[in-house]
Amino acid sequence: MGRTVIRLPASDEDILKLEVGDVIYVDGIVVTARDAVHRRFLVDGVPLPVDLRGLAIFHAGPVMVRQGGRWRCVSIGPTTSERMEPYEHDFIARTGVKLVIGKGGMGSKTAEACRRYGAAYTIFPGGCGALGAEAVEEVLGVEWLDLGIPEALWILKVRELGPLIVTIDPRGNNLTEEVRRRARSRVDEAIHEVVGRVGRELKL
Amino acid sequence: MARLLLDFISTVSVRLPDDVLEHLTRISKVEEPGFAGLVYEAMFRNIEVASQRRIPLCQDTGVLEFFIEVGDGFPYTADLLEAIPEAVVRATEAGFLRPNVVDPTTGRNTGNNVGPNLPWVDLRIVRGVDHANVFLYLAGGGSSRPGSARVLDPAQGLEGVVRYVLEDIAEYGPPACPPLAVGVGIGPTAEIAAVLSKRALLRPLGSKNPDPKIALLEEELVKAVNTLGIGPQGLSGKVTALAVHVEYAGRHPATVAVGVSTSCWAMRRGHLRIEKDLSARVLSHGGVKLG
Repeated sequence: MGRTVIRLPASDEDILKLEVGDVIYVDGIVVTARDAVHRRFLVDGVPLPVDLRGLAIFHAGPVMVRQGGRWRCVSIGPTTSERMEPYEHDFIARTGVKLVIGKGGMGSKTAEACRRYGAAYTIFPGGCGALGAEAVEEVLGVEWLDLGIPEALWILKVRELGPLIVTIDPRGNNLTEEVRRRARSRVDEAIHEVVGRVGRELKL
Repeated sequence: MARLLLDFISTVSVRLPDDVLEHLTRISKVEEPGFAGLVYEAMFRNIEVASQRRIPLCQDTGVLEFFIEVGDGFPYTADLLEAIPEAVVRATEAGFLRPNVVDPTTGRNTGNNVGPNLPWVDLRIVRGVDHANVFLYLAGGGSSRPGSARVLDPAQGLEGVVRYVLEDIAEYGPPACPPLAVGVGIGPTAEIAAVLSKRALLRPLGSKNPDPKIALLEEELVKAVNTLGIGPQGLSGKVTALAVHVEYAGRHPATVAVGVSTSCWAMRRGHLRIEKDLSARVLSHGGVKLG
């Protein structure tokens, strides 16, 4: 089975050819960045200690244990990306990061950044922390550990991390927004159906 | 006691309870291929890897919520309560739990999953019983995010309650790692409805509320949630909810409160029964040896 594997740091070409619905795996350097990292960098204005150009950030807070002076990644999977929506546009613009890995999809500002700066957003299946840890070959380093283990910037060397499903491509197409829009538009009819079937029995 | 609880906590972090695994297995077969198939394949591989390597299924091991029912003849209630934080600290050190408790007054992670009012303990005493039932629920951040409660006016009635649940799931369900288990609480006040919605999630998946009218509501709600088409990981699909459970209390004449709690597919909860002689069994997970 041929897997599409993207090496990180990625070239512009590798990312620009991605389309929503593509399934990829990544090799190379992935850096975790979630709520506190985004805030410290963009709100508090503290420079990032890692050059992210061409790399991937992972919205993830791993379980890490320190053994014999080295960090070992026990479990790592994605956190809810939507929480980073207020920051991600500027984060992509200012860091040159090419791939964002998370779960649940992101909104229109992030899609706009992907379009403008040739980046993509991908979903790693949520809850699959054991699978994620299997792809981590080495913990290369950690920065901003004062934020706590889940929130720190972990620099990881990964091998075939995935499956990653592209839900925002560098054209700004956004797969999960479409799913959500359809769900919202279904709500009124669904309420009507439930009340129609239950309303006679149950008065609350 | 702490040793026993440590084994229980690690089991809950590493393995899914039998009822959840059965549901996921069944539902994966009705889902469409494509993204849904890919996601289920990853989920089952993850379940296997976690169990083989004895590592947390999901890196977000949540905050710990204990729902405990002790008999008035169980002699170790105080020991049990005292052992909980000790076991939680040890489970964190051993890598079965991610340090997740942040003290909101300092913004700092306490580093050991113990903090103000956490782990959360809800205790009930039952007369004429000499054992303890300990339910543990690992409340992850992403899966707790759709959590909500509100006091509605009686005029809003059933329609108001159904709307509250469905709008919540449509808006906040997609990133909460569906397929979800949805707990709904109905009662007089927001906090009673909220607690009942979490208690609803402690029931075996797919069990029916003993009141047939509420059971009908559960059945219709799960169908309705599944027509939203959110699917596994919000990538679209046939199954968005594994189950909807409803628990209720009497209400005030002037209020209808509704609460919603959700669990991700990786529903990590366990049921430990401790006997008077301190022998114990994990009833939620078949084949688990303690100690």
